[in-house]
Amino acid sequence: MATKLKEVDAVMIGMGMTGAMMAKEFTMAGLRVVGLERGPDRRPHEESILPRIRDELRYVQRIELMQDNSVDTIAFRNSSGQTALPIRRWSAFLPGEGVGGTLNHWGGMHWRYLPTDFRIRSVIRERYGASAIPPDMTIEDWPVTYDELEPYYDRFDKMCGAAGKAGNLKGRKIDGGNVFEGPRSDEYPTPPLKSSAGAVLMAEASRSLGFHPFPSPFGASSTPYTNIYGVQLGRCEYCGFCGRNTCEANAKASAPSHIMPVLRGDPRFELRTHAFVSKLIYDRQAKKVTGVLYTDMKTGEEYEQPANIVVLSAYVFGNTHMLLTSGIGQPYDPRTGRGLVGKNYCYQFEAPATAFFENRNLNPFIGAPGDRMVIDDFNGENFDHSGLGFFGGGYIVGGSGAAPPIGGRDVPPGTPAWGSQWKKETVRWYYRAIEFNTQGSVYANRANYLDIDPTYKDSLGRPLLRLTYNGTDNDHAMSRYLLTKVDAIIKAMNPTTYEMRPRPRNFTIVPYQSTHNTGGTMMGTSPGNSVINRYLQAWDASNLFIMGASTFPQQPGYNPTGTVGALAYWAADKILKDYVKRPGPLVQA
Amino acid sequence: MAEVSKLPRRDFLKAAGTAGATGAAMATGLAGCSPTTGTPTSTEANASAAIQPPLVLTPEEEAFFSASVDTIIPADELSPSGTDCGCVTFIDRQLASAWGGGAKTYRAGPFVKGTPEQGYQLPLTPHQFFVAGIQAANEWSRKTYGKPYDALGPAQRAEALTAWEAGKAEFSSFDSRLFFQRLLQITMEGFFADPIHGGNRNKVSWRMLGFPGLPATYADKVDQYRDKPYVVDEPQSIADFS
Ligand SMILES: Cc1cc2nc3c(=O)[nH]c(=O)nc-3n(C[C@H](O)[C@H](O)[C@H](O)COP(=O)(O)OP(=O)(O)OC[C@H]3O[C@@H](n4cnc5c(N)ncnc54)[C@H](O)[C@@H]3O)c2cc1C
Repeated sequence: MATKLKEVDAVMIGMGMTGAMMAKEFTMAGLRVVGLERGPDRRPHEESILPRIRDELRYVQRIELMQDNSVDTIAFRNSSGQTALPIRRWSAFLPGEGVGGTLNHWGGMHWRYLPTDFRIRSVIRERYGASAIPPDMTIEDWPVTYDELEPYYDRFDKMCGAAGKAGNLKGRKIDGGNVFEGPRSDEYPTPPLKSSAGAVLMAEASRSLGFHPFPSPFGASSTPYTNIYGVQLGRCEYCGFCGRNTCEANAKASAPSHIMPVLRGDPRFELRTHAFVSKLIYDRQAKKVTGVLYTDMKTGEEYEQPANIVVLSAYVFGNTHMLLTSGIGQPYDPRTGRGLVGKNYCYQFEAPATAFFENRNLNPFIGAPGDRMVIDDFNGENFDHSGLGFFGGGYIVGGSGAAPPIGGRDVPPGTPAWGSQWKKETVRWYYRAIEFNTQGSVYANRANYLDIDPTYKDSLGRPLLRLTYNGTDNDHAMSRYLLTKVDAIIKAMNPTTYEMRPRPRNFTIVPYQSTHNTGGTMMGTSPGNSVINRYLQAWDASNLFIMGASTFPQQPGYNPTGTVGALAYWAADKILKDYVKRPGPLVQA
Repeated sequence: MAEVSKLPRRDFLKAAGTAGATGAAMATGLAGCSPTTGTPTSTEANASAAIQPPLVLTPEEEAFFSASVDTIIPADELSPSGTDCGCVTFIDRQLASAWGGGAKTYRAGPFVKGTPEQGYQLPLTPHQFFVAGIQAANEWSRKTYGKPYDALGPAQRAEALTAWEAGKAEFSSFDSRLFFQRLLQITMEGFFADPIHGGNRNKVSWRMLGFPGLPATYADKVDQYRDKPYVVDEPQSIADFS
């Protein structure tokens, strides 16, 4: 029997990025908050320190900070005709655990979506005709506009201390920034990173082709900065370890370094780690979640934590899984197209390329994702899709650096993988490779979704979440198109040799691609087309708010976290302004 | 090859320092830069580490790994052999570690073969995988060449590895290609990981590449070294900082 605890104002399920953001916003407004986190606590001054943090084997190869698959995982298959099998160890994507969650080891590519991304269904119909969207492409407009979100994007920038260069300040286009972006109310909090040699070359080539290169926006401070919570941040040191690791410089945004220092001591906040939430306790009549059930993994005891407000911030998979196992909302059925929980699962469609330059010295160990250069000319609706045979797009990024030696040794195609010749070529090219990537969109398709697996169970005895996903013809065509642009840029750089790496036909769960999973609890304008409303409030439970990229109707051609952050602040603002005073639906169904 | 591995390890480790430094100079194109050798104390430390008995490897497994890592990373002008770089020690420690025992891996059945897209689906932990794989590989080697893998000459070792890599060797009830991929991966990890894990002795691969190691604080060096080689006299590892 679960021990019933005293009711609190709000409970967070997951103390990753959005859980910590919401807990901070709520406590500042005077609410009493409990944060339940499945993983351990993480304290930067104990974990993120030299020299141990530079252990590439431990953090990058053995993925020290990622979620423990032995406790919980998901099952995967490419299509609904197949039997899903468990992901036994993460690879294609790497959800995190512990305070700070997945953001602790993010790469920091820090983006806003385009104004047109939020109205993509309407824009495509306006531009290419009412029947332009194929029937199996289930993309939707977002129930919120870029302009509405802008102040919250700005707030998120200032929580992170983000580095970059504006290309559109209040409607004024600025050369050297991203001229395609929506208008910003303010510059980035800190200047862009210095470009790597490879990035400089990429930008020159792009410019010669008439494209519009700019420094990659970065979710880390390039100079010391004090964030919105008064936390003093350091500056990026270009260490090259971002993508699987925390930041010892206190520069890259994460909850442990940017939020927890001012949340931890707050008497209105209580953190419970190793607290694995198994279920939302749902009152169907009242359309409310009365509390959550969790297991203390240190003792095996089960607890019920009642709360007035329940924030589900358990990453894309945890969020969708929790609704399905708690019986909230209608599970999506791909055969009928009915049901909404699990619908419109999307991902990021990335395809890389590498170019080699005989006479360059590119110091591959110096770098950060923010020292790359980017072009956005072929993202979303920034270009005309007439006659192209696909919708969507992505940004193209290029640069050198951030390549520690186990994982970061590129050699030209055809090089043997071992032996003396391999060694010679490795030494020859180690300083001489420039990497490119295309950050492609994934436009929702009715065949890609999340539901419950019939066979496998997690350590709490719950059935696993099941992912059914494959790359669509649309997204493959989009990606091939982006690669033709990369090809042109590389040719203009005059490399010794180069390699394009288009995505294989089928999505595979190895190797790593991105942790940009989206969808499953999508937001929309009515209970008929969505799980949550524009304030991230569940249609079926008015005190349940869902954070994270599971709320996206589809995934544009950018990394998700900027928008995840903006949506969290937008929802927090509405909850604190209106919901707390008058609990109940914030949008009438 | 067989003779080579009989040479006293200590001499080899000295050679390791020199060969590595030459490689670093090559990599960065700095002909005028004088090669640095490992300090005698660190060589001693490495030599004593080298004679520790293995944690989990049996003599047969140790011989197999030694022969295979020397084929993957042969001694040449760029580095000493995989064994002399500590790759076998590294593998032994990794297979004895929590990771080697299958930590943080979902290990509930049913176990089904699945599609290649679904990734690793065997019940075997990394340690169990290599134990079973080495048995299968040696069995194949005996059938094909009349000897276990470690008793083959250099040319046959390379030929065998090539067959496994291409998936052209039929191991009995084991996937030779998957075995090769994992063998290659763990060997490379041993060669390039921080020496704290027992491989990359004397930071030999870092010298070879021109990888400076720690502390990796470059904010003030980005402009100065843009398209110019950033070279350090001696790469720094975790132990150097501790
Ligand atoms: C290697 C890597 C690189 C990335 N790079 C980028 C990038 O460059 N740009 C970008 O925009 N994004 C990037 N991301 C994605 C980014 O990290 C996520 O978008 C972000 O962390 C999502 O925040 P969240 O709050 O939704 O989830 P999380 O930060 O993952 O937080 C969820 C938390 O909930 C906890 N939890 C889950 N289930 C339960 C449960 N049942 N009970 C209790 N607790 C639970 C988890 O342990 C976790 O701590 C990257 C991710 C990875 C892994």
